[in-house]
Amino acid sequence: MQLLNKRPESLLDVKMHYCPGCGHGIVHRLVAEVMDELGIRERTIGVAPVGCAVFADTYFNCDMIQGPHGRGPAEATGIKRAKPGTIVFSYQGDGDLASIGMAEIVHAAIRSENITVIFINNAIYGMTGGQMAPTTLIGQKATTCVEGRTAKQAGYPIKMCEMLATIDGATYLERTTVHNAAGVIKAKNAIKKAFQNQIDGKGFSMVEVLSMCPTNWGTRLDNPSEATKYVAEGMMPVFPLGVYKDACAADKK
Amino acid sequence: MPKMEVDVDKCKGCYLCIQVCPKKCIAKSDKFSKTGYYPAMDATEGCIACLACARICPDLAVKVYK
Repeated sequence: MQLLNKRPESLLDVKMHYCPGCGHGIVHRLVAEVMDELGIRERTIGVAPVGCAVFADTYFNCDMIQGPHGRGPAEATGIKRAKPGTIVFSYQGDGDLASIGMAEIVHAAIRSENITVIFINNAIYGMTGGQMAPTTLIGQKATTCVEGRTAKQAGYPIKMCEMLATIDGATYLERTTVHNAAGVIKAKNAIKKAFQNQIDGKGFSMVEVLSMCPTNWGTRLDNPSEATKYVAEGMMPVFPLGVYKDACAADKK
Repeated sequence: MPKMEVDVDKCKGCYLCIQVCPKKCIAKSDKFSKTGYYPAMDATEGCIACLACARICPDLAVKVYK
């Protein structure tokens, strides 16, 4: 008997604190597998966000730094400019990247910083208790909009990939999902490409990953996997999957 | 014969593996684990080692052998 799925070396063997059914664990593993496959663990520095993934530094087996809310791309810029030989990634959630950190992500893309951003979009603030996030869908219930979000009161959900695709400096933008096995494979390929772009010095890459938040979406505790239905039926029509910008492919043509 | 093993101490009972299994050969345990969840159970009958469960498991609790 041969073991088919070895634990990636870039992920420490500690129990993660995420809720049952949370997508963060899946994306952590994908990033770790990509680091292993590209052989960059020794020279990688990660930036942990404020949010559910704030303890990411205790899970990744590479150098990590944890910074102020939303300032991941700014910190990653500093690290990359001071130490150009390192591989720098910023791991952020939607409450971190799309609200308080909006200026940082936009300007990092405008400057075409040679960094990789992993953006987890679960349409809610997870760590603080399920408040409305900038990406919360119209009609979705949260603790700060108990009747569901309305466009009149809170506007429309922000679509980060579409928005950043209009910026000349952005090199690679893709939206993926981790709610089913096929989506996980595509998400891994996207993350790998985002890191490869950085190794090749191509510029700013961001991978948005649609993820589940069973706890704050109010999924029944006896089967947290039902949250995947909301990703497929609720989120994917609003946040369509796909490659939004690939300047490398455009160069080849 | 392929088989899938669950580390019951790591499993948090999210049942994503049960949902993605194409052969529907994974079941829930009726005994709760040390950590207080009803974990998924090992599967041998019908397992084709497609690795769907291993890919989706957020807690790296699944091991697939062939």
